[in-house]
Amino acid sequence: MALLEVCGYRDGDRSAGPFGTRGTVMDRSSHFSFGMKTAEFAVPVGVDPQAFLSPYTAGEGDVRIHLNHGTTTLAFKFQHGVVVAVDSRASAGNYIASKDANKVIEINPYLLGTMSGSAADCQYWERLLAKECRLFKLRNKERISVCAASKLLSNMMCEYRGMGLSMGSMICGWDKQGPGLYYVDDNGTRLSGQLFSTGCGSSYAYGVVDSGYRYDLSMEEAYDLGRRAIAHATHRDAYSGGVVNLYHMRQDGWIKICKDDVAELIHQYALESK
Amino acid sequence: MTARYDRAITVFSPDGHLFQVEYAQEAVKKGSTAVGIRGKNIVVLGVEKKSVAKLQEERTVRKICALDEHVCMAFAGLTADARIVINRARVECQSHRLTVEDPVTVEYITRYIATLKQRYTQSNGRRPFGISALIVGFDYDGTPRLYQTDPSGTYHAWKANAIGRSAKTVREFLEKNYTEEAIATDKEAMKLAIKALLEVVQSGGKNIELAIIGRNQPLKILESKEIETLVAEIEKEKEEEAEKKKQKKTT
Repeated sequence: MALLEVCGYRDGDRSAGPFGTRGTVMDRSSHFSFGMKTAEFAVPVGVDPQAFLSPYTAGEGDVRIHLNHGTTTLAFKFQHGVVVAVDSRASAGNYIASKDANKVIEINPYLLGTMSGSAADCQYWERLLAKECRLFKLRNKERISVCAASKLLSNMMCEYRGMGLSMGSMICGWDKQGPGLYYVDDNGTRLSGQLFSTGCGSSYAYGVVDSGYRYDLSMEEAYDLGRRAIAHATHRDAYSGGVVNLYHMRQDGWIKICKDDVAELIHQYALESK
Repeated sequence: MTARYDRAITVFSPDGHLFQVEYAQEAVKKGSTAVGIRGKNIVVLGVEKKSVAKLQEERTVRKICALDEHVCMAFAGLTADARIVINRARVECQSHRLTVEDPVTVEYITRYIATLKQRYTQSNGRRPFGISALIVGFDYDGTPRLYQTDPSGTYHAWKANAIGRSAKTVREFLEKNYTEEAIATDKEAMKLAIKALLEVVQSGGKNIELAIIGRNQPLKILESKEIETLVAEIEKEKEEEAEKKKQKKTT
């Protein structure tokens, strides 16, 4: 209105960033922001989280926050789709908080996300991703592609970069372009590939998978490879254990293959080698 | 009665009209005609070119604009309003590519433009955009699409439509002549668009501007020579039809 202009009042001037200068949440429903630029966390006015945290995450001081990604997860593409295998130990320092934590989030029948790093961060952000994927399907009347889903997650990570998030995730799915596998982490890295493993047990898992991987594995061979890699990683890594949760992403959606206790698997492999 | 309810955009009249939005639609009816046709492998946009003044550069008057490589739109109504909408739509197309790593679908960008127009019918201190738009293009799975938006913020998909001055006449022509054979080939679809415009345009091919998008091809704006060729073909076909009819009558 002319009077508002003369008075110098500018409507819609509230900052669009997640930590806006006003610190208020505007009730502006935006159907086109894809989960970004919405203030997820309330922060007091005048606080800059990145500046506050940078001495403890990237500085040279004595006090540093060390975040261990205590887990082993892996996923690989082969001729029949994508195999996803994760362990199920949740640790808090030296204490095993849970021996059957669920580290795979089933976003929709054609999309899976794995979690490694801080359990809270993974669960929160991947559930937010699931919300955005569902909204995408409602608005556009077709399922979101794996490429787009992983990009949405990495955008969210980029927005909160430097603020102490810890998340390493693999987004696996089957869309119009075929099987898809993307690695996304808390730095905003997003990579497409044939084979990924995350977590502190990943080095052991890579050793086993790399020595047995071929693109033309049969389904049984691929399941066995995934199981073996996780089982051996849990055997050597203190922060991984529990059971192996194995999923197979096929053209008509994912199926859960098994939930095998690693102790039994290790015993079985030991007997085989005799 | 209407005088008391048509000043502010945010006031309904007792019989449920938003008069400012309806007046905006009147502004659209004053703009030059635009027609859109969805073929099988091609989408066509045709507009009536207003005759330019003698000293005016013809190239700067463009009513058909690309929003992205695979989407373009034509509008009828206030040119200045259209410029704002087109700019916002272009930014949104690129923003979508950046955020989601996929090109927009035609339906998405139409929904964005329609949401933008609707927002301006529900805020105080602003007036609605005085344009209707015809948005054409191909989705990345190869399906051709044609959508029309109007100042109230509604949008619909069409097989063929016209907006602007004499839109009703052109639409009736299209309803009679849009058949599967009429759009069988790309050339036939272009000729149908020209025939539809010739119904209402005064001096023939000189005042028509035509743009096409083929599947996986960028926007192409036809030169006046190509339009003249098509117009000549249409004239010839018309004469042959007239001859046949005469012969039928005499034999």
